[in-house]
Amino acid sequence: MAIEKYYHAHEVNREACDGRMECLRACPTDAIRVKDGKAHFISELCVDCGECLNACPHGAFVPLADTLEGTPRKGKLRVAVPSPVLYSQFPSEAGPRRILRGLLQIGFDHVFDVAKACDWATLATRLYLKEHTGRWPVISSFCPAVVRLIQVKYPELTKNILPLQAPREITAREAKRKLARENGISESEVEAVYITPCPAKVVSIRQPAEGTRSFLDTAIAISEIYPALREAVSEPDHEIKDELFEDITYGPGWSSLGGITGLLETKRWIAVSGMSDVTKLLDDIENSKLRNVEFIEAAACLGGCIGGSLVVENVYVARSRTIRLAQKYGHNIARHEHRAERLYHSGFFSLESPIAPRPLSPLDPDIAKAIAKVKERDEIYASLPKIDCGACGSPTCMAFAEDVVKGYAELSACVVSAARAAH
Amino acid sequence: MSGERDIVLREQFSVAGRDFGRAGTVSTTIKSMLKQIGFPPDVIRRVAIATYEAEMNVVVYADRATVTFEVTPAEIVVTLEDQGRGIADIEEAMREGFSTATDEIREMGFGAGMGLPNIKKNSDDLKVTSEVGVGTTVRIKVLAHQ
Ligand SMILES: Nc1ncnc2c1ncn2[C@@H]1O[C@H](COP(=O)(O)OP(=O)(O)OP(=O)(O)O)[C@@H](O)[C@H]1O
Ligand code: SF4
Ligand code: SF4
Ligand SMILES: [Mg+2]
Repeated sequence: MAIEKYYHAHEVNREACDGRMECLRACPTDAIRVKDGKAHFISELCVDCGECLNACPHGAFVPLADTLEGTPRKGKLRVAVPSPVLYSQFPSEAGPRRILRGLLQIGFDHVFDVAKACDWATLATRLYLKEHTGRWPVISSFCPAVVRLIQVKYPELTKNILPLQAPREITAREAKRKLARENGISESEVEAVYITPCPAKVVSIRQPAEGTRSFLDTAIAISEIYPALREAVSEPDHEIKDELFEDITYGPGWSSLGGITGLLETKRWIAVSGMSDVTKLLDDIENSKLRNVEFIEAAACLGGCIGGSLVVENVYVARSRTIRLAQKYGHNIARHEHRAERLYHSGFFSLESPIAPRPLSPLDPDIAKAIAKVKERDEIYASLPKIDCGACGSPTCMAFAEDVVKGYAELSACVVSAARAAH
Repeated sequence: MSGERDIVLREQFSVAGRDFGRAGTVSTTIKSMLKQIGFPPDVIRRVAIATYEAEMNVVVYADRATVTFEVTPAEIVVTLEDQGRGIADIEEAMREGFSTATDEIREMGFGAGMGLPNIKKNSDDLKVTSEVGVGTTVRIKVLAHQ
């Protein structure tokens, strides 16, 4: 049996929700319904993209990430693994070193930068593409919302997903190994905390689809940590524990769109962001329209992870900073080549298990009945005004017709049809 | 006798020639209906690919077409009936690599001469009939149980 209940890292605060329909329209998978003036979302349809968090003018969709103060420590050592997006949230003079030091100041025992793992993962992706003999194109796996969109809406394309660990997971695993060894403690006593730009990554930690387990234990939003960190970062520079951050580099690759693909050897790639364009591209792949494309870098958020729903900075400001940071701390990933190749062949980067489809339940488990229901739905749809007003609480007239067939909604909920009938 | 075979879902769509902006929407709609019915992913994939290729051929080579989509629990049939220039030699058109695409079309990524062979490969039965100057009919059948 498939998992019945999917974990999501956001919920609706019913008090704050006044039944507006911004979320209804924003949700790319039509997962949201408004019933009795309050929004809710259908779990199996939600792919954790975070669009509803951005859309709600009242902040009624709230993230369920951990907090710095509120989440109890889970071991002897608490280590921060910040998403590289974090660096783009500060003026570029601040630079990665001061931000990493700031994390120590606000209470982490250690910090591990993801940059090296980003380089490794890019090299591993190159090797994978060279050896790949299966279906093309290969689709990146770093964005959990894209992975879930594929699992739910494009189950056949799960076979195209790059079966390699994301840099955040590699970093957490390495941090645990290293700190456990150095401190004579077990790996389970090292708590790896991801500083996340989005709820999708919180979900990927608490209910991974990308493997059997996550090496990260806790996820704190960038927006949550920002005020305290900002204060720490703006303090006058004192001794930086340099040995900790000697080899700081910065590749914008994994936080801003186009960065990974730009470092690949193949030129046959497409970088796409934003749920609606990602969906269109996946449709094209499913129709086998894209010939001669080898790699797809796909991010649910417009512009890449710097556009995540739990960041503080404007995505365009962040983008400009990632470019400046890369110019300043940029590097040549070729220096890792030998190491990465050895690690690649030892299975260091591989996902522990393939990503399985999570197809939506059909209209009926019996095919004949399901066909009858599609027919019924289409008949209902034909009778509706087709203006997608949302007043019934479903995002479109088509979704409403389906809700009626599924028994989620009453035909009488369509106020427009009722008004017309009254005339 | 009433049974599985009596349940037929029948839908019609239209496709406009040269409308590259909307090209692919019919196969996407068909695909999502098949998903909702719950056909096996591989069956859906084959129908989607075959329909997409046939739809593109209408967009590239014909003036307009009516697409009829029929589903029973046992099989899926997609028929594209177009008005347009037609195909003079169907056997030749079916050959891998054969294409009459213009340079402009090739620049858009079509014209590899793989469409019809792909349709053949992904369907359980394919019928192509055509009359030059009148139009072409492509009937694609995919069985629900492989
Ligand atoms: N509906 C149609 N009307 C008129 N001619 C057609 C039609 N469908 C196919 N043809 C002719 O048959 C040829 C082969 O079609 P096929 O789909 O196999 O390849 P293509 O469309 O040329 O290239 P590709 O499908 O790889 O982009 C076309 O070049 C065209 O001359
Ligand atoms: S997270 Fe995305 S998919 Fe889920 S309810 Fe919100 S908008 Fe819809
Ligand atoms: S693009 Fe990045 S920030 Fe946005 S949902 Fe995906 S992983 Fe999260
Ligand atoms: Mg063709």
